[in-house]
Amino acid sequence: MADESRVPVLEIVNISKYFGSVIALKDVSLRLMSGEVLCLLGDNGAGKSTLIKTLSGVHQPDEGEYLVEGKPVAFTSPRDALAHGIATVYQDLAMIPLMSIARNFFLGSEPTTGWGIFKRFDIKKAGEIARNEMSKMGIDIRDPEQAVGTLSGGERQSVAIARAVYFGAKVLILDEPTSALGVKQAGTVLRYIAKARAQGVAVIFITHNPHHAYPIGDKFTILKRGRTLGTFTKHDLSRDEMVRMMSGGEELEALEHELREYSADKTLEGYADALKQESEAL
Amino acid sequence: MASETLTPAADERVRRQGILRKLLRRPELGAIGGTILVWLFFAVVAGDTGFLSLRGTANYLGVAAELGILAIAVAMLMIAGEFDLSVGSMIGGTGMITAILTVQFGWNVWAAVGVSLIAALAVGAINGFLVNRTKLPSFIITLATLFIIRGLTVGLTRLITGRTQVGGVKEALGYDSAATFFANSLSIVDPTSSRGVEAQFPISILWWVLIALVATYVLLRTRPGNWIFGIGGDESAARNVGVPVNRTKVILFMTTAAAAWLVATIQVLSTGGADTLRGQQREFYAIIAAVIGGTLLTGGYGSAIGALFGALIYGMVQQGIVFTGIDSDWFLVFMGAMLIIAVLVNNYIRKQASEAK
Repeated sequence: MADESRVPVLEIVNISKYFGSVIALKDVSLRLMSGEVLCLLGDNGAGKSTLIKTLSGVHQPDEGEYLVEGKPVAFTSPRDALAHGIATVYQDLAMIPLMSIARNFFLGSEPTTGWGIFKRFDIKKAGEIARNEMSKMGIDIRDPEQAVGTLSGGERQSVAIARAVYFGAKVLILDEPTSALGVKQAGTVLRYIAKARAQGVAVIFITHNPHHAYPIGDKFTILKRGRTLGTFTKHDLSRDEMVRMMSGGEELEALEHELREYSADKTLEGYADALKQESEAL
Repeated sequence: MASETLTPAADERVRRQGILRKLLRRPELGAIGGTILVWLFFAVVAGDTGFLSLRGTANYLGVAAELGILAIAVAMLMIAGEFDLSVGSMIGGTGMITAILTVQFGWNVWAAVGVSLIAALAVGAINGFLVNRTKLPSFIITLATLFIIRGLTVGLTRLITGRTQVGGVKEALGYDSAATFFANSLSIVDPTSSRGVEAQFPISILWWVLIALVATYVLLRTRPGNWIFGIGGDESAARNVGVPVNRTKVILFMTTAAAAWLVATIQVLSTGGADTLRGQQREFYAIIAAVIGGTLLTGGYGSAIGALFGALIYGMVQQGIVFTGIDSDWFLVFMGAMLIIAVLVNNYIRKQASEAK
């Protein structure tokens, strides 16, 4: 396998994290190559948030190893992680709605022109770069001076992704970027993830929606109750199996039976049928 | 415009957006419109009693300038999401330092002015530091410093001089050269007056316009300007992308303090004396002028040019009412009503700018 000979851009080995007596993560391992999309799946409370906060430097792991490009690291802050090329785009975006796209894009890293006290924010250059980077992602922004608040949710996500990629992210951690979006907008975001991957960025894509994960993912890691159920490639795992492992297909079936028992009236029966269909569709 | 580098399709769409939309995006639009309306109102009502004369104009410009210097600095701070209520007492305090040092201790005016500037910057830095450290709302912190500074000013002045007013700065060493910068004025003979009355345009007008231009440049064309908007828009987001939030805030608090010092210096040198109660309620008028100028109370949006016009409206109304012959008590009613209207207009304009598709 070609993959195995290369150094993974990000690797964690048997990471554990405890909060007092609570075991949030236990012996979680991941390997991620550049140009690869790893989907991190799991139900609520599976430990997804703790894992990404650990990866992005918010939490420090209690046990285990964290390696970036083969070298062990111990991040003390998200800034520290960012300096190592690990960028996290959170659900509640780091975007300021009243500011323009270009100003948001370069906030904190503004390009300048001129010397000394005449050193000024090169707003023209900022606008051009923002526009170019966005068009690389396939978004044609009308005007970089447009306020971010006027963009749709999917477009805002893509500005955040484009910004992270432009500022040299090697690993992009996307925390549920599609969860608040409609079908079409989620599709747009998935397209940017594919574009980022094509540029050689490694992506960790957190979601609890298998429909979003399956088409884009190269590898799938399923978390359950703080442990991994393993990492699978697309060949190893069918969509159905994935859903089953994720939320526990058995649990859905049990619920279905339970509901059937109660179904004295038609509506509940209808609901149980719908649930069955849904679990099949998944 | 950067449109040469674009595809023609994108170019086309930018144009279609229209100039009106672009203008609507600017926070100061409401204040400029308001200024025109207020001017027209007094031109009609009080035009024949002197509002339109050169003297009347110099009069309200002078009033507007002293508030405007303060309001511009306050607007910058408000864009970053913070308030400074201590500027009013800072005017009293720094003015008194200058007066006591020159009159009581015989200092050169320049040295006294320098020391009061350092004192102002120190208090500004303390305000900023406390806000950063305690994470308390700056409203509370500077409300406290408002009282502390006023109390110290009255207490110490009485202790040192036995009075609450100090006069005689005009006889002090170095007064003339300092007055060139802070208490000068331009006299123009009013052509509409048959008796050759001179209209006095104080130098504060020059400071006011100059500060508005510099502040606008800083806000729109420098990195710290971008940080100011970012901090006011979402402080933690700005911090996450590496904006030096604490440092920027401290500098902004020092800026408002320095603006208060400049107003105090202009007042002390033009009247020749200081009063411990100078600058009372200026903090509120400065906020009102900033808000009328399109600055949001919640931060993240606003402009220095807007604050300039906000102060201009204040000056026109305050002096205009005198010209109409109406009891000036009604001025407060008018300012309060203006404030509410301004906030409503701001909210509308901001919606147009940031939410409309």
